[in-house]
Amino acid sequence: MSIETVDLTHVYMPGTERAVVAVDRVSLRIDDGETVGIMGPTGSGKSTLIQHFNGLLRPTSGRVLIDGEDLWPREKDGPRTADLHKVRRKVGLIFQFPEHQLFEESVYDDIAFGPRNLGLPEEEVRRRVTVALRMVGVPEDEAEALGRRSPFSLSGGQMRRVAIAGVLAMRPATLVLDEPTAGLDPRGRLELLETLSRLHRRWGLTLVVVSHNMEDLAALVDRVIILDQGRLILDGPTREVFRDPESLRRLGLDAPPVVALMHALAARGAQVDVSRLSPREAAEEIDQWIRAGRPRRAGSGREGDAGLVHV
Amino acid sequence: MSMFRDITIGQYLSGSSVVHRLDPRTKITIVGVFMVVLFAATDAAAYATLTAFTVLAVHLARVPARMLLRGLRPVLILLVLTFTLQLFLTPGRTMFTLGPLVASWEGLRMGLFMVARLLLLLVMASLLTLTTSPVSLTDGLESILAPFRVVGLPAHELAMMMTIALRFIPTLMEEADKIMKAQMARGADFESRSLSRRIRSLVPLLVPLFVSAFRRADELATAMEARCYRGGRHRTRLNRLRATALDAAAAALTGFMAAVVIGLRWWPG
Amino acid sequence: MPPDDLIVTSGLGHRYGAGTEQEVTALEGVDLRIAQGEFVAVIGPNGSGKSTLARHLNALLLPTEGRVTVNGLDTRDPDHHWSIRQTVGMVFQNPDNQIVATVVEEDVAFGPENLAVPPEEIRRRVDEALALVRMQDYARHAPHLLSGGQKQRVAIAGALAMRPACLVLDEATAMLDPRGRREVLQTVRRLNRDEGLTVVLITHFMEEAALADRVVVLDRGHLVMDGRPEEVFSEVDFLEGIGLGVPQIVGVRRLLEEAGHPIPPSVLTLEAMVDFLCP
Repeated sequence: MSIETVDLTHVYMPGTERAVVAVDRVSLRIDDGETVGIMGPTGSGKSTLIQHFNGLLRPTSGRVLIDGEDLWPREKDGPRTADLHKVRRKVGLIFQFPEHQLFEESVYDDIAFGPRNLGLPEEEVRRRVTVALRMVGVPEDEAEALGRRSPFSLSGGQMRRVAIAGVLAMRPATLVLDEPTAGLDPRGRLELLETLSRLHRRWGLTLVVVSHNMEDLAALVDRVIILDQGRLILDGPTREVFRDPESLRRLGLDAPPVVALMHALAARGAQVDVSRLSPREAAEEIDQWIRAGRPRRAGSGREGDAGLVHV
Repeated sequence: MSMFRDITIGQYLSGSSVVHRLDPRTKITIVGVFMVVLFAATDAAAYATLTAFTVLAVHLARVPARMLLRGLRPVLILLVLTFTLQLFLTPGRTMFTLGPLVASWEGLRMGLFMVARLLLLLVMASLLTLTTSPVSLTDGLESILAPFRVVGLPAHELAMMMTIALRFIPTLMEEADKIMKAQMARGADFESRSLSRRIRSLVPLLVPLFVSAFRRADELATAMEARCYRGGRHRTRLNRLRATALDAAAAALTGFMAAVVIGLRWWPG
Repeated sequence: MPPDDLIVTSGLGHRYGAGTEQEVTALEGVDLRIAQGEFVAVIGPNGSGKSTLARHLNALLLPTEGRVTVNGLDTRDPDHHWSIRQTVGMVFQNPDNQIVATVVEEDVAFGPENLAVPPEEIRRRVDEALALVRMQDYARHAPHLLSGGQKQRVAIAGALAMRPACLVLDEATAMLDPRGRREVLQTVRRLNRDEGLTVVLITHFMEEAALADRVVVLDRGHLVMDGRPEEVFSEVDFLEGIGLGVPQIVGVRRLLEEAGHPIPPSVLTLEAMVDFLCP
């Protein structure tokens, strides 16, 4: 399925002195099977933008098209709510700290909340819960026991998985996640990134990930969109976008340390390819550079240190 | 950024007018006296005095009238209802009839007075919150209630509770909005017509909200303990309340207004 | 005990729900000495006892075994609690859940108010503390409208206004965006360097731990490593084994060493790596 926005603008409290333009004429298109990251400083409109992808917010002006179908046709009454329910099923939205929305007495019932809202027979609900748990990495033989536990007795990382499973049980084609790894420890983070990447590879979900963490995005998405003050200012392949850490830093975004390292070396004149995203890629590049006798561009010196990211 | 931002609870409009500069204790007392006097008012002259007092207060506070009127909109239905009930249910000389209903001249008078009473009450109460920051409002309340500590009234604790409530209202509103949207993304229906379904649909909203509120309360209590909080005793304050000549003038004016209204009621003739 | 040891834990153990069926050992046999003026990072996977340890440093939790002293005062004596909490200020994870008042300066004043400091002195301390975290321009603002990083700086100011000797940050950067994390880290580093404030930074960001003078590693309630960052982060396999990582730069260093390029262990940060490779 595809998500498209055309000149999408969203204004909070329009017509009052406190009006805020949160999203400003954003046009973009996300196609089936893509992995897309959305970045931008706090208050750049990321959260507002993604809430349009499943019809939770209505644009002040502009259009949102899901599979080419306009969510908010211009007639006065708008669409029937049934259409929005369908869209919310197709585009699963997962907010930051999704574990905060758990409410049922058991993990099973919490995940079953969505499918039951769809009015599915209990047999189908059960199947969906099991599959959803498998999708977030819970093996079938453990699903039964986990399902009986109270979601509030789980660890932070497990709770987050259960919350994500609750959305997956709606069988969305696209998963939109807001800061999915926030607050997790290193292992929890790596496990969740692996789970998300598997959702794309094995289960064919389109992924849209809002994150400040470029390490996460480097590991997860092929394309990155950058918002600033509600405007879309950059949209391109991840490697291309991370090629310029200095302009990212001006937006208050930190390049992953590895990207910053390659740029800092290049700024000192080292002839290295800067489009390296992972420690392994960077180490290979530096290894070759050392073996080649550390070639440097003539006339370069230490004044190029602007590329360094100081913590 | 939420739908709840349009709601304004006890909104405060910062400024430096005479009314803003009054000691909160003075303002709370004035509103208290005003309320008592309002219920003593029975004739047009008394209402005119009270209205003049209110208009003067609004004028001195330099609060835009538009803002006050906007605050009255939600109670419009209540006003209309009050007026209608008074008009038709008060026995007296017939003004006109509407089917079985009889509107009386006495009803008209009572209805108008009731509406005026409610309006004046609302305007003065909004004026209090519009010109007094939540902090000084609670400080004022704490100070006014302090003498009642001898009879066991926990004045400091009440004020502290009010401060914390004010501090967390915006946070919890935002949270409620987020949880609601998250459950809507899972097909929850908060717009159902049927009442029983609607009440049931609140469970996925209220349970997480309560869980979160309890977690916040727990963490806040720990944070307060870490900052040596141990109740109201032995506490000092950054800002002390200080009454000035301005407060004396305001009190005198209020006293005069009260005297006029009460005089009008019991003065023979 | 040498006078420069601010906090000493000896044989510290803590069991939650002791004597019940749900008894959980959160800490066991932790010996730790924190000297005046140190910058110590504490790392460990979730559930390793980091926060439990933090809460023992200012008597929010009391040991079920062993003891903790702050400035020589035993935390088990309730008479010392207020003095200990004044000495060891604490900043918590969720910026929203530790701000009490509806105005920034009122919140910063909360600690000194509880300590019955006279109003003129509170005013001085509030202004000074807000200046130290560079938030003086926000003194009259409403806290809920500030960014996460700004809220945490207000929380730090709230602790500073009690004139503590030590600041404990209990995963205070975990919920912040990169800019907020940078703000908070720059602030505590500056306070450590310029004001001589002792800092205990509990974190699960390895890049942050690499900035400390000393790194302490907890795993399942035990103190398993304690050393300079270059010593701790050279144990890549061990750290990964307990569910932690190493800073990305250390990861690159290790791969380069495997490829046959020796790099001194002190190279932990981006700056150091660039200086070493490309002086």
